[in-house]
Amino acid sequence: MLRFILSKLLYLVPTFLGITIIAFSFVRILPGDPVLLMAGERGVTPERHAELSAQLGYDKPLVLQYFDFLGRLLQGDFGNSLVTKKPVLTEFLSLFPATVELGLCAILIATLIGVPVGVLAAIRRGSWFDQVSMTAALVGFSMPIFWWGLLLIIFFSGMLGWTPVSGRISLLYFFPNVTGFMLIDSLLSGQEGAFASALSHLILPSVVLATIPLAVIARQTRSAMLEVMGEDYVRTARAKGMPPYRVIGIHALRNAMIPVITTIGLQIGVLMAGAILTETIFSWPGIGKWMIDSIARRDYPVVQSGLLLIAALVMIVNLLVDLTYGLINPRIRVK
Amino acid sequence: MKRLFIFASALAMSAAMAEAKTFVYCSEASPEGFDPAPYTAGGTFDASAHPVFNRLTEFKKGTTEVEPGLAESWEVSEDGTVYTFKLRQGVKWQSNEKFTPTRDFNADDVIFSYERQAKADHPWHQYIPGITYEYYTSMAMPELIKSIEKIDDYTVKFTLNQPEAPFLANIAMPFASIVSQEYADALMAAGTPEDMNNLPIGTGPFKFVAYQKDAVIRFQKNPDYWGTPAIVDDLVFAITPDAAVRLQKLKAGECHLMPYPAPADIEAIKADPTLKLDEQAGLNVGYLAYNTTMAPFDNPAVRKALNMAINKQAIVDAVFQGAAVPAKNPIPPTMWSYNDSIQDDPYDPEAAKKMLEEAGVKDLSMKIWAMPVQRPYMPNARRTAELMQEDLSKIGVSVEIVSYEWGEYLAKSMEAGRDGAVILGWTGDNGDPDNFLSVLLSCDSAGEGGANRAFWCNEDFSKLLKDAKVTADPAERTALYEQAQVIFKEQAPWFTIAHSTQYVPMSAKVSGFVMSPLGDFTFETVDIAE
Repeated sequence: MLRFILSKLLYLVPTFLGITIIAFSFVRILPGDPVLLMAGERGVTPERHAELSAQLGYDKPLVLQYFDFLGRLLQGDFGNSLVTKKPVLTEFLSLFPATVELGLCAILIATLIGVPVGVLAAIRRGSWFDQVSMTAALVGFSMPIFWWGLLLIIFFSGMLGWTPVSGRISLLYFFPNVTGFMLIDSLLSGQEGAFASALSHLILPSVVLATIPLAVIARQTRSAMLEVMGEDYVRTARAKGMPPYRVIGIHALRNAMIPVITTIGLQIGVLMAGAILTETIFSWPGIGKWMIDSIARRDYPVVQSGLLLIAALVMIVNLLVDLTYGLINPRIRVK
Repeated sequence: MKRLFIFASALAMSAAMAEAKTFVYCSEASPEGFDPAPYTAGGTFDASAHPVFNRLTEFKKGTTEVEPGLAESWEVSEDGTVYTFKLRQGVKWQSNEKFTPTRDFNADDVIFSYERQAKADHPWHQYIPGITYEYYTSMAMPELIKSIEKIDDYTVKFTLNQPEAPFLANIAMPFASIVSQEYADALMAAGTPEDMNNLPIGTGPFKFVAYQKDAVIRFQKNPDYWGTPAIVDDLVFAITPDAAVRLQKLKAGECHLMPYPAPADIEAIKADPTLKLDEQAGLNVGYLAYNTTMAPFDNPAVRKALNMAINKQAIVDAVFQGAAVPAKNPIPPTMWSYNDSIQDDPYDPEAAKKMLEEAGVKDLSMKIWAMPVQRPYMPNARRTAELMQEDLSKIGVSVEIVSYEWGEYLAKSMEAGRDGAVILGWTGDNGDPDNFLSVLLSCDSAGEGGANRAFWCNEDFSKLLKDAKVTADPAERTALYEQAQVIFKEQAPWFTIAHSTQYVPMSAKVSGFVMSPLGDFTFETVDIAE
């Protein structure tokens, strides 16, 4: 098992290097530069432009800039934002818990609903439940997040008044940031009603963010289940007179879970993409919105280091997913 | 269950409400930092310069008139180059967990606030590596200010290199906010100079309490404020980037006031009895700038003809959805010296066609540049360009619409020999006509690094501006600017599009909010009915 983990970790090194190049080049390929955007309609003289570029270190050849960036990374220095002038890592760490909290809730909703729906649809293949749920999944998958989020806000918050419109907690609660996870911090604060307020703020954005992964997971579970249901060992189990819930729960589901877990793992990347829009609509102070703002302003250090940190996280999650296969299917460990 | 959550938070809300009056503003963007000097965004100033700080001079609320701020009074020398400010006494600096002031505001703070921006070798010039003072530089302060001297603790003398009529308005701008030298010294000694930008200490109506990035900024009423104290006890900015969501929050009572509603929502806001809507002509202009150095656009008659072929009212109706007034001058009607006697060129395609023929222009094809972003003076440049394209095709001019990424658009549109006419605009910084006319249309700004995108250099026009700039008497200045607008209209370097209206929706319970022509959001005068 240790060798398995080590070999997986070794693969991460070249991938990570590749990502540094992509992250570094991506923002520089975009037209426009931070100095021009800072100056706006007023304009900037070529001398001042050169002076500012030099101050930011963007007058050096790109290759030098890249190695400079890499060298600092190795020392744990992710650079400072051009806009706020704060260290990128500090900003990332202050915003990241909000995205994780939202992402975890979303993936929880997607899994807890998606897997049972997929299983049920597979067992009752062709039934009305199968057809309705799979159509709903297709609709969910093709839903434009921005429109969907606004629709839910207008309906549940605007018309029914059940949920708050946006933010992480009612503004009347004010307590120190301990973990950055609002659900935990609100409990720690001991303020009455704070946890309920945080939870109510989490409902709509998690549902919106969960929509696409939920659809994908439900469909994947259904097809994986259908496949294993046709396997010999399932037929054998049935032939032995095993009760259906044991056949499905133990023999079929456990085997069907491998592609499903892969799918859930891959949804982490999808979640990051969805978080950008979801966070913007729900004024959720996470890294999705932070990245979008930074790209718009050509905040080079934030974009390159932010991308890198996000990519590193997605890689680690996928590594963990690989490791869970080992738990579910012992044969993978041996390989 | 959900209802229960809401009920619980509603209970907590009403309990907290009884204790203190909290005003919630659904702001649109996150502040870049809390030191006003290095930044240029209005959203940043609303969270720093306006609530927390003061300046020597201030804009009188709701106007662009200059009134005393931290300077109680001032004297200007005969030749207009020496300004002697008498400072207000007994003005208390705010305090926070890390800092308790031992003295009141005085001349040292004024000198510190300017010199840290002016002098490259000042220990605070680069207190955060890479920091720059864009407004100080772009308002030409380095060339203008010769020296600043302390006469005594409450008297400061500014000596200028040349007379500059808009100087008092310039120093009322956010970048010229006065910061505490004592606080700076304390931060430097503690080894945390960057806190100047994180934990601001000022003399303003509100004290900074806390900022949670991209989410919430909290302020508290400053009980020791030297001016009329704020009415509400707490001021909270709930950062909400999406306009539709801001409106939902306003309707749901999650905030009391919001900036920048979507033009499409205006009618619904007006119809909602729980909301009210303040409106004011914005201090801005949207324009189409010809390249006046290139044939046939170097001929004023051709430019006039094109201007007459475009249906301005149709653009105001379709693009601005009526939330604008058609522009005939380069400065907005709310600005002093606006020349209302000028007649706009009529919309007359037939006459335009004839004028083009007379000028010997046939089969003209041109480019129109459409900005890729939405700005307060231009909600949709692409749509505007399309309407122009349609109108111009009727007089036989074929138009190709081009666009670039925003940063590139700004740079390329200023390149000499640019092909085509550019849609752009301007929002005023200090309410002075010079801030429009000199920046956008003078000979000096027609070169590299300027903002004269028509590359229009009219000696007579520029001379009037120069004369006005060194004239102290407002009536004389007005006459000069009115004259300049006449030349502008005759020469038509731009097709002036519109001055957009600014809207501020708020809860019907809010009173005392004063809209600023400069687009600032300030809250010391607001109150909320129970």
